Amino acid sequence: MALGYLRNSPRRITRGLLDSQFVESLVSPNPVERYIGLLDPTWSRRDVRAEVVGVDRQTPRSVTLTLQPNSNWAGFVPGQHVGLTVEIDGVLTTRYYSPASRPADKRLELTISAHPAGKVSNFLVKNARVGMILGLSPAEGEFVLPSSPPGELLLISGGSGITPMMSILRTLLGDEHAAPITFLHYARTGRDALYREELERLAAEYENLNLVTVLTRETGPKLISGRLSREQLKSIHGDHANAEAYVCGPESLIAAAESIWSQDQLEDKLHTELFSLPEPLVVTEDAVGSVRFTKSGVEVANDGQSLLVQAEQGGLSPRHGCRMGICHTCVCRLESGTVRNVRTGEVKTVSNELVQICVNAPVGDMEIDL
Amino acid sequence: MPKSATKQANPITDPEFELTQEQLDLFGEELDALRARVLDDLGQRDADYINKILNAQRGFEVAGRGMLFLSFIPPAWIAGTVSLGISKILDNMEIGHNVMHGQYDWTQDPRLDSTQFEWDTSSPSVNWKDSHNYQHHTHTNIVGKDRDVGYGILRMSEDQPWHPYYLGNLLYATLLMTFFEYGVAMHDLEVERMVSGEISVTEKREEFDHIWRKVRDQAVKDYVLFPLLAGPMAPAVLAGNFSANIIRNIWSFMIIFCGHFPEGVEEFTEEETANETRGQWYYRQILGSANLTGGKIFHIMSGNLSHQIEHHLFPDIPAHRYSEIAVEVKEACARFGIPYNTGPLPRQFGSVVKKIARLSLP
Ligand code: FES
Repeated sequence: MALGYLRNSPRRITRGLLDSQFVESLVSPNPVERYIGLLDPTWSRRDVRAEVVGVDRQTPRSVTLTLQPNSNWAGFVPGQHVGLTVEIDGVLTTRYYSPASRPADKRLELTISAHPAGKVSNFLVKNARVGMILGLSPAEGEFVLPSSPPGELLLISGGSGITPMMSILRTLLGDEHAAPITFLHYARTGRDALYREELERLAAEYENLNLVTVLTRETGPKLISGRLSREQLKSIHGDHANAEAYVCGPESLIAAAESIWSQDQLEDKLHTELFSLPEPLVVTEDAVGSVRFTKSGVEVANDGQSLLVQAEQGGLSPRHGCRMGICHTCVCRLESGTVRNVRTGEVKTVSNELVQICVNAPVGDMEIDL
Repeated sequence: MPKSATKQANPITDPEFELTQEQLDLFGEELDALRARVLDDLGQRDADYINKILNAQRGFEVAGRGMLFLSFIPPAWIAGTVSLGISKILDNMEIGHNVMHGQYDWTQDPRLDSTQFEWDTSSPSVNWKDSHNYQHHTHTNIVGKDRDVGYGILRMSEDQPWHPYYLGNLLYATLLMTFFEYGVAMHDLEVERMVSGEISVTEKREEFDHIWRKVRDQAVKDYVLFPLLAGPMAPAVLAGNFSANIIRNIWSFMIIFCGHFPEGVEEFTEEETANETRGQWYYRQILGSANLTGGKIFHIMSGNLSHQIEHHLFPDIPAHRYSEIAVEVKEACARFGIPYNTGPLPRQFGSVVKKIARLSLP
């Protein structure tokens, strides 16, 4: 133990020093990162950053990244997701992905499938390479197994929704979980089916794993095809009343599951996570929706005026200066929503980005950090 | 609309010169289109550029402070001081000033976030953003509204009534130049309005606290902690840090004063500028600013404020784009017959000094 302490101590001393008030005063007003970054770009006092140490392209439209996070990474629970930040055309862009690896693994595995309109996914599928530094946000999400895993399990995923299931499955099997697990996965074609080889290997090795892959766009004598339905479920799993069900995938899959389970009044046995892109907004001239100011808890019906004016009408007094888009005094973080720039007419859907509220008007529902 | 706003004369080049409202509208549209084009084109190039500057700034700072520790070798003291001065100039001008204008907010990079950024000078970013980004950039050169006209200390315009106090104009300017960072920090306190009794000391309590904390932190760092760390080299480090701060002060004063006060740059009255159209606003920004000519390094070291005209037209476009934009702005100005004030630093600064001297007398 003493030896271990000695071995760790230089690191701990360095860390303590870099965290100290003294060093903070020496580098003030800059964060110490600004200097350490010259030597080690993944180092940070608080931010989680990760280096890409492995890149694998299992299918033509996906990429599997192995990440080595820095020491600020606090881990995750299977089923949760993390924010992944990538620089694309000079803009730091964040999207959320569920790790497919086990929490016990030293490294983090993310599989990213290219969506037609997905900025980050398309970028990574095309450009991911070993050595890239990416930003990570702490893991979050309620779509997780209870701490003592339930008896019989039914896992259903569609497309890229397979990733949290892989994490759950790998963790359970690794922990010698003995109760029966049925894993039903929907992919469009055999070429698109992620983790196919590994799953087949696991199914051969573990008797309690019943693996069914449905190829929705392929038909053949031995294949099950088509979307999730009561009949299909019955033929695969028999009675689903006793199993705890976890469903992750696109909206249609979640909707199908919800209708089956609610007809059977088994809602409390169903856990779902939606994996899809937000619908693009149809822009109309009429102001619709409502604007929620999250910090103050105020909500107003959107009347189409600038966010600054609407905030003021809601009784808030945001900081501002010129009110004409010059000074940036009014910049606020927009959590989610679409804005129209009243000066240029440009319409932009943003999440967690800075906007000038004096020249941007909400288009539909919006949440803003004010 | 008041008559004076529909037609604006430019008495410098031609007392008869007038632009019609239609021409001004057209001019405004052209500049709006230029702005949209550049904003649309922002991308990796701009992010890479500012990251390169950030790295350079860190490099100069680390190298400068390191060399000052070796001050027992005299050239190391000089090199260290200059290097630290360069780092402070980069931090304040090409990085701080421009980042706080929101020029890089679009990158969503927390290091370049105008709401978070803090710089290595005595003026706290919050106060500065209000007096500079808002008051100065919105009300550029409007006497009585833009407090950058003379900083509440100097007489920089005929429109400011003369007072025997202004006999010291040149002396005050020299002091302001040497201790510019404190001048800028104090700027937000509006001391002159406190003296005249317009506002009370308690109204400025919050600003005062901010300023005091920032001044203290910067002073402790440069004049206590680093000298202490240097042990026997303490006096040399102290002197080096002090000199680096002064180098930065003088340089930024020169660049900033050359941007607005050489001969030929106009001031405005509140009446003239009431109910401005977009075109008129652009027009006032051009008449109220002046550029400096020079090479690439010179432009970087001035935070591209050598393109003061372009900066005032488009304060939130990344400044390293101004030199490209300038080509088109200049061409448009020539076409519309709008004066475009530019010249080398010695000439422009000489003209500023002359103006300060002349205005010390009635
Ligand atoms: S208030 Fe000045 S940019 Fe919004």
